Amino acid sequence: MRDPKIRGLIIQIVLIIAILAFASWLINNTVRNLADANIAAGFGFLSSRAGFDIGQLPIEYSSNSSYGRALLVGFTNTVIVAAAGIMLATIVGFIIGISRLSHNYLVRGLSTIYVEVFRNVPPLLVILFWYFGVLSVLPGPREALELPFSSFLSNRGLQTPAAIFDPVAWLTLIAFVGGIAGSIWLARANKQRLLQTGELRPTLWPAIGMIVGLPLVVFVLSGFPVSFQVPEATRFNLVGGWRVEPEFLALFLALSFYTASFVAEIVRAGILSVSKGQTEAASALGLPRGKSLRLVIVPQAFRVIIPPLTSQYLNLTKNTSLGLAVGYPELVAIGNTVLNQTGQSVEVVAIWMVVYLGLSVSVAGFMNWFNARMALVER
Amino acid sequence: MEEHVSAYVAREQKKPLPPPPTEAGALAVLRKNLFATPLDSIVTILLGLFSVWAAWRIFDWSVLSAVFTGSSREACLAGDGAPVGACWAFVRAKFGLFTYGLYPVDERWRVDLTMLLLVAFTLPFAIPRVPFKGLNLFLLVGAFPLIALVLLTGGQFRIGGGWVAFMFILAAFVSTMLAAGNLNAPPGWLRVATWLAAIAVLVLIVSNILPSGQFRLLVFSFTTLSLVAFLLAVASIAVSAFASVSSSGKHASVLMHVLLPPLYVAALLVLLAGDLGLQPVPTSRWGGLLVTLVVALTGIAASLPLGILLALGRRSHLPAIRLLSVVFIEFWRGVPLITVLFMSAFMIPLLLPSGVSFNQLLRALLGVALFSAAYMAEVVRGGLQAVPKGQYEGAQALGLGYWQMMRLVVMPQAIKLVIPGIVNTFIGLFKDTSLVYIIGLADLLGAVRRGFSDPNWITPTTPASGLVFAGFVFWLFCFGMSRYSIFMERRLETGHKN
Repeated sequence: MRDPKIRGLIIQIVLIIAILAFASWLINNTVRNLADANIAAGFGFLSSRAGFDIGQLPIEYSSNSSYGRALLVGFTNTVIVAAAGIMLATIVGFIIGISRLSHNYLVRGLSTIYVEVFRNVPPLLVILFWYFGVLSVLPGPREALELPFSSFLSNRGLQTPAAIFDPVAWLTLIAFVGGIAGSIWLARANKQRLLQTGELRPTLWPAIGMIVGLPLVVFVLSGFPVSFQVPEATRFNLVGGWRVEPEFLALFLALSFYTASFVAEIVRAGILSVSKGQTEAASALGLPRGKSLRLVIVPQAFRVIIPPLTSQYLNLTKNTSLGLAVGYPELVAIGNTVLNQTGQSVEVVAIWMVVYLGLSVSVAGFMNWFNARMALVER
Repeated sequence: MEEHVSAYVAREQKKPLPPPPTEAGALAVLRKNLFATPLDSIVTILLGLFSVWAAWRIFDWSVLSAVFTGSSREACLAGDGAPVGACWAFVRAKFGLFTYGLYPVDERWRVDLTMLLLVAFTLPFAIPRVPFKGLNLFLLVGAFPLIALVLLTGGQFRIGGGWVAFMFILAAFVSTMLAAGNLNAPPGWLRVATWLAAIAVLVLIVSNILPSGQFRLLVFSFTTLSLVAFLLAVASIAVSAFASVSSSGKHASVLMHVLLPPLYVAALLVLLAGDLGLQPVPTSRWGGLLVTLVVALTGIAASLPLGILLALGRRSHLPAIRLLSVVFIEFWRGVPLITVLFMSAFMIPLLLPSGVSFNQLLRALLGVALFSAAYMAEVVRGGLQAVPKGQYEGAQALGLGYWQMMRLVVMPQAIKLVIPGIVNTFIGLFKDTSLVYIIGLADLLGAVRRGFSDPNWITPTTPASGLVFAGFVFWLFCFGMSRYSIFMERRLETGHKN
């Protein structure tokens, strides 16, 4: 007993036995309770008919589809709103974060107010505010607010023109992808050239030409293979075009603006962490302001920004589960419906956990990879 | 000649010229900070126009065209076609619901008294200059939860013997730890006390699996085995007390420290089970700000000790304990709180033996506490890692055991380092309490949400008014906490500048 190693071993064995005993007790209870309630354990229910409708369908689904398919629709919706939210949150967050360091009183003051307001209210409240406070009280489809580009905003969501592509439009897409690949190749070749000979060749303008110009030329040559379907007001509703549901809008806007306030603080801290000597050294080397930002300050700030930014992205992804409160059909909302219909709570909760853990691990993995690329290479 | 020259020697320094008018004064400051470049001027003018417009719109909505009095939706409807702003009449009418939920009107003084006590205990504790911090801490952490529990629920619980034994076993462990804090305590006695408590845990677990004879003792119904566990815990406490007395010079204060946990548990049980003449109020009638504060404060109080234990586990040298802590922490951190709450709502009834039911509020509390403990653990781990290795080695060189080292040397330094992180976790927890509304509890947000679906109050502006009100309350709490954390950070920082 006096030997710390043996003592440690005994403590661990006792702990493991205790946890196993507790777990088996829980499982035993669960099995008995399920048997009492006549619920079959297992994932067999996933292939039976769902029988409910879903408001927003990124992939094919009808009420005759299976529960598994319904959960897949939910998962796709989660990914869509998470990806869109991350993009908008990053853009808004960077703008606000840089504004907080501005010399302009007004810019700095307004962005400070933004951060302090949004950081200190619950995200669920922001979602409810957008949904019940703003979007639900908009005029109905008949008196919808008209926005530019013949879009309409009403209490049924945002209705925008939909682009309908002819089959020939594939050529444009191919040209676009080719342009990106060409630009990457050009940038690599130019960098190699710079390292070998010291000659600086232009990269930006040829790249823009390849990515934007080439598809544009192909687009014009193939005879404008696109037409727009404009939403039209009928007696009771807006018909045609592409509709963004109010549930999506509420969740998307709320989560983006909420997370943006955190991103802003991270960006501000990151920029402040780059010491002033770096800026001075860059200008002493004769780098103009734009280049010193791009080559000296931003890469160093990024090193500080990325780890906390990752956890904010993860938070946003997890917060998409709040869509349940406004009826956005994401994974938790659909899982909740499935759970109420089938009573398979253990299985549904297990699916949630596995999916969210998987999402967390994959976002974290990607950001770790990105972080490793940006990290300081020490000799 | 020389005299002539000396006439030109300045005897004092010349006064500097004033800066040119373009560089000083209010105008120059404005010019520099608002109109430095043409682009800056454009931005300033555009943003200035926007802020004036926005401020006017907000003022108009919340004051000028707002409705302050009225008893039904008619007051907040645009009768004459003019747009109606915020419907504060709705907030006024539902204020009781937002604060107390469905708590019986005659009993609301109990909630008021509890909140008053909370403020009375918290404020002096938060102001560094007020003396008697030790007593204050005891009142806030020790006495207040007890008083609040009894006041809010009304007491008269039926408590099983298993719970009594469980509480006393907890008290036994805390007593042992407190006794170990005294460096003169004989280690042999402490070991005996620890073993007695550990055996009590085992007996308690066995008593839940094996049936044994039931009988009543006072108001508590014991089984034979749970009574054995209870007696073992009491024995452990007695041994700890004896160990602390046998060697120390200042008997009274040490003994009081060691006996405090069991006395506290005994008081808790007596108050909870006894009849104090208060009408019991079931938790299903609680609501509004009351539930928000209960969930947030319980989460805060539970997550800190749990988080510290998990952080220690994650840095343990024992691989099984480390692995379990890592899995536990990463699991809770990887899933959204909603799924945790759903789990606690749907799965806890399945996991427990049939017939054992669990209060809905308590289930949500359990979920919130476990969830925030995982986040707290990561914050505390950051603090533990920042304590230099020399401190650990120094403590070991002095012959301190693991718990003594942590309690006397490492933890005080680690916690001090991560106060901002802890407060941030508290703020996050406070905001997250709003999610309990999704599993059917009526917290502040839930009460507002239910309030504006009341057919008596359906108007276009009631949802926004109610939500703005709730948002303001949440904002006050969170902003206050963050400011206080900055203040504490500055106060504690002085010792660390080098």
